[in-house]
Amino acid sequence: MAPAIELIGITKRFPGVIANDNVNLTVEEGEIHAICGENGAGKSTLMKILFGMQSADEGVMKVRGQEVSFKSPTDAIDAGIGMVHQHFMLADQLSVLENVILGSEPVLAGGRIDFKEAHEHLAEVGEAYGLAVEPDTLVEELEVGERQRVEIIKVLYRGAKILILDEPTAVLVPQEVEELFRNLRELQASGATIIFIDHKLQEVLEIADRITVIRRGRTVSTVDADSVTAQDLAELMVGSELPSPETTEATATSVVRLDVSNLTVLDEDERPVVDDVSFQVHQGEVLGVAGIEGNGQAELIGAIIGVRSPAQGSVHLDGENITPTSVRHRRELGLGYVPQERHSEGLLLDAPLWENAALGHQTRTPFSKGMWIDRQGSRDRTEDIRGEFDVRSPGVDVTARALSGGNQQKLIIGRELTAEPKVLIAAHPTRGIDVGAQADVWNDIRSARAEGLATLLSSADLEELIGLSDRIVVMFHGRLVATLDPAEIDARELGSYMTGATVQDPEGNR
Amino acid sequence: MNPVLRRIGLALAAPAMAFVFAVAVSSIVLLISDSNPYDTFSTMLDNGTQLEIIVDTLNRATPLFIAGIAAAIGFRMNLFNIGVEGQYFLAAFAAAVIGAEVSLPGPLHIGLILVIAMVVGAAYAGLAAVLKVYRGVNEVIATIMLNFLAIGGIIAAIFPSVIDMSSGQATNAGTKAIPESGWIPDLNGFVEIFTREIGKGRELTGVIIIAVVVGVAYSIMVNRTVFGFDLRASGMNPLAARVGGIPPGRMIIIAMLLSGAIAGLIGMTEILSDNHSYDQGFVRGLGFEGLGIALLGRKTSPGIMFAALLFGFLDSSSAILQVSGSASQSIVIIMKATILLAAVVAYEVVDEYRKRDEVKRAALATGGAA
Repeated sequence: MAPAIELIGITKRFPGVIANDNVNLTVEEGEIHAICGENGAGKSTLMKILFGMQSADEGVMKVRGQEVSFKSPTDAIDAGIGMVHQHFMLADQLSVLENVILGSEPVLAGGRIDFKEAHEHLAEVGEAYGLAVEPDTLVEELEVGERQRVEIIKVLYRGAKILILDEPTAVLVPQEVEELFRNLRELQASGATIIFIDHKLQEVLEIADRITVIRRGRTVSTVDADSVTAQDLAELMVGSELPSPETTEATATSVVRLDVSNLTVLDEDERPVVDDVSFQVHQGEVLGVAGIEGNGQAELIGAIIGVRSPAQGSVHLDGENITPTSVRHRRELGLGYVPQERHSEGLLLDAPLWENAALGHQTRTPFSKGMWIDRQGSRDRTEDIRGEFDVRSPGVDVTARALSGGNQQKLIIGRELTAEPKVLIAAHPTRGIDVGAQADVWNDIRSARAEGLATLLSSADLEELIGLSDRIVVMFHGRLVATLDPAEIDARELGSYMTGATVQDPEGNR
Repeated sequence: MNPVLRRIGLALAAPAMAFVFAVAVSSIVLLISDSNPYDTFSTMLDNGTQLEIIVDTLNRATPLFIAGIAAAIGFRMNLFNIGVEGQYFLAAFAAAVIGAEVSLPGPLHIGLILVIAMVVGAAYAGLAAVLKVYRGVNEVIATIMLNFLAIGGIIAAIFPSVIDMSSGQATNAGTKAIPESGWIPDLNGFVEIFTREIGKGRELTGVIIIAVVVGVAYSIMVNRTVFGFDLRASGMNPLAARVGGIPPGRMIIIAMLLSGAIAGLIGMTEILSDNHSYDQGFVRGLGFEGLGIALLGRKTSPGIMFAALLFGFLDSSSAILQVSGSASQSIVIIMKATILLAAVVAYEVVDEYRKRDEVKRAALATGGAA
């Protein structure tokens, strides 16, 4: 029998990046197939191509042996493919039934909706796949897990036999994950084929029959779930041929540059997302912050750079209490920031490189003199950054958009480091950039450390954390749960602290 | 191709396309309404190149230009100051009322009127800014409401008590006239050095000088100052601007205050050089046209100048159509609307091309893959 889905040589380019580079994927009929990869590895793009939301630049796509070319999701739905998005697309004020039929309503003569027919069809679908829902409940009354079930039913109602689930567990609590997995197995038993996108290795191993790993837009390998461990998968995802981020001799001094004490940050619901966190970063030291995304790292960094106001606690930069001060004041005092998302937080994509180099430092020389922008000074400094940090671009007047991701990142690193900060906050500094640029960034951080920079490094790349850091703290549910010596742990141990599976005794916290 | 020429070529491509498209659409409309497009356009062109009509064009373009700059200041930060209309009404009204009550030496009197207009315009725009920053009210909604409140509310309520009854005219009631010390001199004498005498009672408004100052100051502010950098950065990427140390709330308030202050100057052609009072026939709609002109002129001073001159020309050269009977004057409205719509589309197309082109060139220049 022909495979349910076959992708051959799929390539998709965006300005400045190749999201998918010659991707090959075969999904057999009736299996649960997981697609694994780091953030930015190209999973979502691939799924958008498969669901007709984007079209591939190159490559062939076959559904049950038939070559297809989807112009829109409608084509994909017609071919029996359905997608459950990570973010639910439900109308709260409508009932479950109304949400399910929305856009494919059975119609009576005169344009009225045939609710009787809809009810019956929904019941059939529910029965066939073992998914129970109460059709007349308003969606706003449902729990998250139930909403997800409605999304799945919505797709099945349209006749999908191949389901794509985009990080379905991201929004669920553990019990709901179990429930979801039970449902997926029932779906599989009823003949559905499921493509499951995730980067949580344990879940993937639990639910999938086979796993395809994508790294930097390329398919690395497809493996049977029975034959691999989480460690194997992690190595496939991160790649073992990567240059090592190892740091050599210690350069940390006893001078405290950044002092965070008893910091608490609340979310919109007044719940602590950063909970009584204290630590210090010394001159010449790299402090790594480990943690699964969503455990408060982003909020902690927000409070340090000054875009979030803490409910309690204080942040001192080089002895000065900066808790009540503005972002600009902190910048001027010597706080550098390499943001997690370079496009949304780090760059003015439509502005020339020299203006991007000035961003964050525009109140200081050489970028300005008093109230005036110093164009020549800015240009000269940008030329320096280009040379020193190997930012490959035709000049300083092209827009940031024209640069590749790695070069954009090197520009940001260069802009922050040439400003000679005392403290650098680096969030995922090598995410989504190529191996060469990654090695450059590591070198830059290392040499700045040797010159006395205090760095707070937050990263999802555990090898990077272990290799670059002098100390690692682990954040879990907003708290610092462990302080570790990177010389004594490996990624696996670190990972188990991050999930809360291993707990350090409280005395060892600080 | 020479990169500078290339850049200029790309910059002009979109408005040129838009203009050709607008002429084509208007021609079709003219044909449908049984008018001859060629006759219509040549009548407009013949008429519009007379010295007197050129003066009309400049007089009309002056407030349009100021309105364009007022809107552009907001646009630079992605703020839609729809309230330019209400701001200039209220500013002109306040300036007319107070200006008529004082008697000062010439330059001081004019200066006082300008300051009042700018302060009132800024304060009124500031209201919307404060609502946005502290209460999260969308500035579009707030300024639309404030427009109604200004024109239909505040002015309508105060107007009856300041109407000047001395002239005895009931048809176009207005505020008391500003004494002559508060009139800005016309520029006829200056123009006549180069050309013939300006006839038909036309006066070239001295407010042009204010408009030029505003335009130059705007250009310098946006392109050369740290504040201008902050403004543009906030407009291009609010999040990056914020982590780059630019305080979003303060920028919104300052930008709206500036936009409102400039909006306050829109009515000055009427107050300082035309009517010298606020009356029931006070010119309407300039604030809304300013939004379009700012877009057409791509938020730059030279661009806004060309856009204002074009709209000014269309407005004043079309007056002849009614007299000659060659077509309806409303063809101008159709032209303006199609130019705007086509320009917005054409800018997108050219921008998209420019972006792709740049990525390609950068990849070529650095020898790497894209």
